Amino acid sequence: MAKTNKKKKNNINISSPYPYKNPKIQALDDLCCKIRQEIIEMLLEAKSGHSAGPLGVVEQYVALYFGNILKYNPKEPNWPERDRVVLSNGHYAPAFYAVLAHAGYFPLSELKTLRKLGSRLEGHPHREKLPGLETSSGPLGSGLSQAIGMAIAAKMDKAQYQVYCLTSDGEQDEGNVWEAVMLAAKLKLDNLTMIMDRNNIQIDGYTEEVMPLEPLKEKYEAFNWHVLEVDGHNIEAIIDAINHAKAIYEKPVLIICHTIPGKGVDFMEWKYEWHGIPPNKEQAELALKQLRTLEGRIHSEAE
Amino acid sequence: MVNFQAKLIDSLFDSQIKQKPTRDGFGEGLVLAGEYNERVVALCADLTDSVRMKMFKERFPERFIEVGIAEQNMAAVASGLAASGKIPFIASYATFSPGRNWEQIRTTICYNNQPVKIAGAHAGVSVGPDGATHQALEDIALMRVLPNMIVVVPCDSLEAQKATLAAIEISKPVYLRFGREKTPLFTTEETPFKIGRAEIFWESETSVAKEKTIAIIGCGPLLYYCLKAAFELEKEGRGVIVVNNHTIKPLDEKTILEVAAKVKGVVTVEEHQIIGGLGSAISELLSEKYPLPMKFIGMKDCFGESGEPNELLEKYQMTTKDIKKAVYQLFGS
Repeated sequence: MAKTNKKKKNNINISSPYPYKNPKIQALDDLCCKIRQEIIEMLLEAKSGHSAGPLGVVEQYVALYFGNILKYNPKEPNWPERDRVVLSNGHYAPAFYAVLAHAGYFPLSELKTLRKLGSRLEGHPHREKLPGLETSSGPLGSGLSQAIGMAIAAKMDKAQYQVYCLTSDGEQDEGNVWEAVMLAAKLKLDNLTMIMDRNNIQIDGYTEEVMPLEPLKEKYEAFNWHVLEVDGHNIEAIIDAINHAKAIYEKPVLIICHTIPGKGVDFMEWKYEWHGIPPNKEQAELALKQLRTLEGRIHSEAE
Repeated sequence: MVNFQAKLIDSLFDSQIKQKPTRDGFGEGLVLAGEYNERVVALCADLTDSVRMKMFKERFPERFIEVGIAEQNMAAVASGLAASGKIPFIASYATFSPGRNWEQIRTTICYNNQPVKIAGAHAGVSVGPDGATHQALEDIALMRVLPNMIVVVPCDSLEAQKATLAAIEISKPVYLRFGREKTPLFTTEETPFKIGRAEIFWESETSVAKEKTIAIIGCGPLLYYCLKAAFELEKEGRGVIVVNNHTIKPLDEKTILEVAAKVKGVVTVEEHQIIGGLGSAISELLSEKYPLPMKFIGMKDCFGESGEPNELLEKYQMTTKDIKKAVYQLFGS
């Protein structure tokens, strides 16, 4: 009873409205908050990079890597039976790197070397430099194709691994994407799941103003994909959707994750201007303060 | 005279010489490659008959993927297949692949360093009636400018077969260029072939002085006309060395420089824009390491057009006559 009252009192301005009952999921929520702070710190140190997208996408990558779904071994990055994860929208590197570090592919201390000369953490990921990367990405539009190649190889070899393609909504403008979408459906690649960060922004503005994508779900269904839609900040929902995808037969699956760009930092939320710039010192301090406060609230709620 | 070591056919200049398109050699080589290595897979963009991938498709249907008219997807899918341990060949007309999918080749194949083999068919003006949009004249330049890419232009159908097989042994991206038309089949099974090594196909007697000798360095089916030119020039008392420079990248610097030391000047011959192809590669090397006067046979910065192959080669000055003219110019006569 007392717990419910406490929830109500602290309900204002909370960006994570999910006091998860499941302590394991609660721990993941806590991790998301930590990772958002690390993203801000990385970008501040690097003095360039993308803020809004990486901040919004965190739950998706955390769910995938820590939600007891993905088969992987950071000690053996090339383990042949591993699930494949292709990051198509490479500019989300800060978020992806943070998750890979927490997953054990390289030390957390290396995160602050983002974009520096000699660092393994290129501005857009390069697979030859860092363990845990299946592809180099950045240009947009060819990640799904590469993921399809891996999924086809798995079918040819009768291998059991799953292939995940991480993508974003803006990327759907590229023609290459739709070539790939058609092929995946033709080949009935049900070992392929695409997880899309639908944050409604791109560089020049909101996606629906720059190049409208809606009706997006129907478009993919028309191309013979199975589509699931979830709240992109609800870790449990994302985990459920990814598991659901495994049971879909003879169709590739798209999981549209609706997110708030810049999630967790009130002056960045919903602002497309924050797509491609890092915070300066003052902005970073403010952002970290908000994220730490949120972390405190999550902790107190869990008690 | 013909270099005996090259083991070219007897009756090299027989008017009834056997003719076969280099794309046929690719098609046969691909099947052999598939038989030799089960990791070989093939992708096509709706042109299986024309680019001669049909034989592989029929022989290994479970290892063939039809992507439809989608060259960008084809390149990146191949990258994913290579990442998973396959040896993928992708094929379309060279104007479209590379061309339309150049950036996917750059990023997903070269930058990712995945050993995809890119077959560019219908290269050169001799594609004929289809016209300029289907006559690739820029593909050598587009491919050689990419780090990690190996570029091979076989001179006849048999060499095309050898090149296709050799490509699977290299764990790097490879670009192979083929033509549409029947062209002279003048090498034999014994003709040496190694990716990265230029072959001397013709060398005048060594007693001929440097001042009286010109090198003709060519690639692709036009190499036959380099040999014809050499034959005629030698009868006129000129010394000629003809080099089959099938590998534009990496260039066989050792052989080229050895040849350069023996000659007064160099003519390069290719069915490609002069800008950026074989001629440029040779002049980059020579200008730094052994400057020599040069002449370039190739397209002079213009597009092709519809016509019969021999008419087009005539109009755009890539025949035996034009090669000889370039040689005369280097001799100053």
